[in-house]
Amino acid sequence: MVSIEGVKFQYDAAGPVLSFPDFSCAQGDRMLLLGNSGTGKTTLLHLLCGLLTPTSGALTVGSKSLHTSTDRELDRWRGAEVGVIFQQAHFVQSLTVRENLALPHQLTTGRIPADLESKMDDMLDRLGIGHRAGAQPHELSVGEQQRASIARALLHKPKVVFADEPTSALDDESAAAVMDILDREAAYATLVVVTHDQRLKDRYASCVTLSHQRP
Amino acid sequence: MNLGVTTQAWRNLQAKPLQTALSLALLAFGVGMVSLMLLTEKQVNDAFERNIKDIDLVLGAKGSPLQLILANVYHIDAPTGNISLEAAQKVVKHPYIASGIPLAYGDNHEGYRIVGTDMGYVEHYGAELADGTWWDKTFDVTLGAKVAEATGLALGDTFFSAHGLTDQTDIHTNRTFTVVGVMAPSGTVVDQLILTSIQSIWDVHAHEGEEVDPSTREITAMLLKKRNALAVLTIPNTLRDTNMQVALPAIEVNRMTQQFGLGTAALRAIAMLIMALSFASIFISVLDNIRARRHELALMRTMGGTPRTLYTLLLAEGGLLSAGGTLLGLILSRVAMVVLSAFVEQQFHYSLSAMMPLPGEVALAAAAVAVGLVSSAIPARRTLRLDISETLSEA
Repeated sequence: MVSIEGVKFQYDAAGPVLSFPDFSCAQGDRMLLLGNSGTGKTTLLHLLCGLLTPTSGALTVGSKSLHTSTDRELDRWRGAEVGVIFQQAHFVQSLTVRENLALPHQLTTGRIPADLESKMDDMLDRLGIGHRAGAQPHELSVGEQQRASIARALLHKPKVVFADEPTSALDDESAAAVMDILDREAAYATLVVVTHDQRLKDRYASCVTLSHQRP
Repeated sequence: MNLGVTTQAWRNLQAKPLQTALSLALLAFGVGMVSLMLLTEKQVNDAFERNIKDIDLVLGAKGSPLQLILANVYHIDAPTGNISLEAAQKVVKHPYIASGIPLAYGDNHEGYRIVGTDMGYVEHYGAELADGTWWDKTFDVTLGAKVAEATGLALGDTFFSAHGLTDQTDIHTNRTFTVVGVMAPSGTVVDQLILTSIQSIWDVHAHEGEEVDPSTREITAMLLKKRNALAVLTIPNTLRDTNMQVALPAIEVNRMTQQFGLGTAALRAIAMLIMALSFASIFISVLDNIRARRHELALMRTMGGTPRTLYTLLLAEGGLLSAGGTLLGLILSRVAMVVLSAFVEQQFHYSLSAMMPLPGEVALAAAAVAVGLVSSAIPARRTLRLDISETLSEA
């Protein structure tokens, strides 16, 4: 589950204080965090991933209370329990797609399980990019990169999946396809989609609209 | 699938081939130069040490003392002239002198010197026979191991000598030398000499039927062992009014290596400068990697990588660069040694063959890798302060 209560954040002492509405999302549910530019969507996503620490308030993701955890605990937790799909698909460019997908396991546990490669191939096949497993990330099209990014976020079966603007650069058909893939592959997990894409506003029953933060 | 730190570091270096090649080449060149200097210094010093071997003084004609030593101890220069055998024998009988080994030469066969001497010379260098016997009769010769190998001469073969030390134009066809023995390799100057009796040298230069007055017989030099340390001070005074001089091998070699030392110090400074540049290159390479790959590094943090993981990865890249550059440098110095050895062998018949790592090289390699690691550790510390949120928001 994901729960935030009274969360405020300030980048620096002189900067504005960002306030976020309270909400919660049960384990296995889907939720949309909808907001236009300047509403603090990315800041909220980074707070939910434990990349930023709230100035005040309580923030719980899964079993982890992020506001009371150490950086080291958060590093391990992210690797084990969280999957993040970024708006722009980042990859380690010197590694192949297959190696990029295995990297979270290596970083979290220091090894790659023997059965990971077959799981990986299955997932890439389901996403329609099985034939690109040995390619370098820069050789993929934008759509292929997006799907590879989804595969990487989900391969280690995270309890919570955060997706940042997964459809913003896609046409209607592609956007629907990506969301279908996300819903299907992350069916077991809690899924939180952060977006300004109004096409998604009715997709889930649970939707929190973020209001403008800046004066 | 192996995605250990070393594999990731290697793949990252491969992704920037030009930058990696530049860092490797600079370090390899710097380490290679220092290593080559260490190897040649060691080889040259060993060769000098092996061949000086208890020769305290060299008695010969007046001229350059260094030339006297190079010609008569190492056989890599022309002699300063001839001296009277009778006068030389008087010096050997001086109470401060323990013994003397006469040397007479002036001819060669295929560039290898034919040296007239006595068995004292063989015993001095501990040379042993591999085949046949020691020379006995006039025009009998016993070959050094390298001479036998290079010329293909074997027991019973005969040859003419040529006048001079390298020239092959003026050949003494009136006298024939016969190979009666071949020496085993000794690692000393004897390996590259053709030994015979002094009488052979005199006879090959005598005219047909000429009677030589024994009092006018000459030799090239006399290698002396002292009985008393005062010989070093006393003997030069006794030679003041003669055409002879004594030179001290240890002092002359030391003087020569000091002169070389100025050159080698300059070369070493250049090599150190190149190494410093290579470390700067590693520093810049790692720093540039952090800038160019900051999104990748931030991404790795979101996937469970800790600041220490990223720091170790960048340190491994610097470590691989410095270890690879050092290894290449050591290989480079050995390749250069092979080339240099071929030149020295051709010019002076000396072999520079030792390729085993020297203690100095081990220290050099350890220092190069350590400085390379430090050069990458300093910029890599930036990863410890990487703001993941800010970096990911830049994209």
